[in-house]
Amino acid sequence: MILVYTSSPEGQLKKSAFEAVTYGYKAAQAMGTEVVALTIGNVDNAGVLGQYGASKVLNAAGADSFDSGVHAAVIAKVAEQVGASVVVMPDDSTGKSLLGRVAVRLDAGAVSGVKSLPDTSAGFAVKKNVFSGKAIVDFNISSDKKVLSIAGNTFPPEVVGGDVAVEAAGVDVPASRVRVKEVNTVKGTVPLPEAELVVSAGRGMKDPGNWGIIDELAGHLGATTACSRPVADVGWRPHHEHVGQTGVAIRPNLYIAIGISGAIQHLAGVNQSKTIVVINKDPEAPFFKAADYGIVGDLFEVVPRLNEAIKKFKAAN
Amino acid sequence: MKLLVCVSKTPDTTTKISFANNDTEFNTQGVQYIMNPYDEWYALVRALELKEAAGGTVTTINVGPAANDTVIRKGLAIGADDAIRVDAPENCSTYYVAKQIAEQAKAGGYDVVFFGKETIDYNGAQIGAMVAEMLDMPFISYATKMDVAGNTATISRDIEGGQEVVEVDTPFAISAAKGLAEQRIPNMRGIMMAKRKPLNVVPPVDVTEKVSVASYALPPAKKECHYIDAEDMDKLVELLHSEAKVI
Ligand SMILES: Cc1cc2nc3c(=O)[nH]c(=O)nc-3n(C[C@H](O)[C@H](O)[C@H](O)COP(=O)(O)OP(=O)(O)OC[C@H]3O[C@@H](n4cnc5c(N)ncnc54)[C@H](O)[C@@H]3O)c2cc1C
Repeated sequence: MILVYTSSPEGQLKKSAFEAVTYGYKAAQAMGTEVVALTIGNVDNAGVLGQYGASKVLNAAGADSFDSGVHAAVIAKVAEQVGASVVVMPDDSTGKSLLGRVAVRLDAGAVSGVKSLPDTSAGFAVKKNVFSGKAIVDFNISSDKKVLSIAGNTFPPEVVGGDVAVEAAGVDVPASRVRVKEVNTVKGTVPLPEAELVVSAGRGMKDPGNWGIIDELAGHLGATTACSRPVADVGWRPHHEHVGQTGVAIRPNLYIAIGISGAIQHLAGVNQSKTIVVINKDPEAPFFKAADYGIVGDLFEVVPRLNEAIKKFKAAN
Repeated sequence: MKLLVCVSKTPDTTTKISFANNDTEFNTQGVQYIMNPYDEWYALVRALELKEAAGGTVTTINVGPAANDTVIRKGLAIGADDAIRVDAPENCSTYYVAKQIAEQAKAGGYDVVFFGKETIDYNGAQIGAMVAEMLDMPFISYATKMDVAGNTATISRDIEGGQEVVEVDTPFAISAAKGLAEQRIPNMRGIMMAKRKPLNVVPPVDVTEKVSVASYALPPAKKECHYIDAEDMDKLVELLHSEAKVI
């Protein structure tokens, strides 16, 4: 059996949950077994996980705020109850806070940020990116039980069935030792780690007052905005927009880099993007080496032109 | 308070990556190592600030070979009081490292065990959670702000699309993200003093490995950049739509 834990911030299942179930389903097909999905706390519409291949959806009520200790205990108990040999979770901040705990509880080998289905031809091997995307490592897990967190935007959700009824997990939820005082989430925009389209700008913008053209571009595309580190450090942009080795690591479908040189520490957080567009006036900017599409030009001319072109495209499509 | 900070070394991001022994090992020849930035800039510095405000001790711990002493001495130069190195080979698994740290932490009876949110080489983000489970402690990950009053800490942490504020009593484990503190550069006096601070080398406990590296590979080569005339943004939009299929 494969158990998939799906995180549900504020009671909502997100794309990462559907991706994890899709991964679990594909692995289960290859291994000749089935998928049980587990949600914890109050979750809207959890039965929808059946559509992505869960043959059973369990809910453990009574742990509405996040405590890695409580959640790991519940996941491990359910894993034992359903006889799971593999536990899968999203590689988001929730999954990463849990993976190690669940592994210790189950005496399982764990790999985070997995980007391949398990290769079971000789043992159990999975791949992940390491060294800022400069290498791929193939890990072999030799323990009976395995715990994996799945890299985001890597396994697109696939509908393979219909909703299933949600059943109570029937495990005790231990008391939490963490008191949650406040939860503040940004409303209205897709958070960076989940964004499929990202528009990012750097020091080439010259002044925080110039970001209007960036916001306009993001608005036309329905994209989330990001920035390089120096721009966040001087307070031109909020810290949560900082991408790179020391900021958020993202892998959107489209990353548009505007007035960013493409230093290796910046690339470390964005080079897994599927398509990269670079707009820079310096033809020697290192970012062009990582780009799919490059535009050598002054961003203050190119970006307004791009805005017009996208407006025209959106109106026609 | 008795504070323990886990510090790891990691290849500098600018390092050229290559492999040895039929691509089964990372080639350490000529690799420039640094202290993992999350450990150094945020975890260690916040621990030092807490000690400076309320007294106590800051101990660092590293699991690895004698070659790691350079990184450990840097931690002492920044201000840690003493250090533990569990003498272990270069390429042990996260579980092995976590087990060693848990053993030492148990023996030391620390109030707070600090980690960086992840290392910048393997980005595993697993050791903090593993150690917390082994010690049966609450684990507050991705912390960006931490204040302590008596035995209670108030911590802001990054969550999906926002922030959460939690309260927790000691003992607990915490992983540090950007914002928890400001990087400190060791000064000459710190570097001199670090030479005389205790660095205790202890033997490892036995661990059965569960995860091992089968092989390494380089990512497929990126195709050449397709340059587009800066005057012709309709062309870019067209390519993003029909070729890249992202809009
Ligand atoms: C340990 C460490 C960790 C780091 N972590 C990160 C990280 O996580 N993220 C990160 O981003 N950086 C990080 N950095 C910093 C990184 O090395 C670079 O300094 C930084 O990314 C540069 O930001 P930038 O590209 O915005 O600025 P610059 O390097 O100054 O580049 C500005 C670019 O804008 C272009 N430009 C200027 N004017 C125009 C115009 N009118 N039209 C078009 N183009 C124009 C220039 O040609 C130039 O290429 C880190 C550094 C270290 C040492």
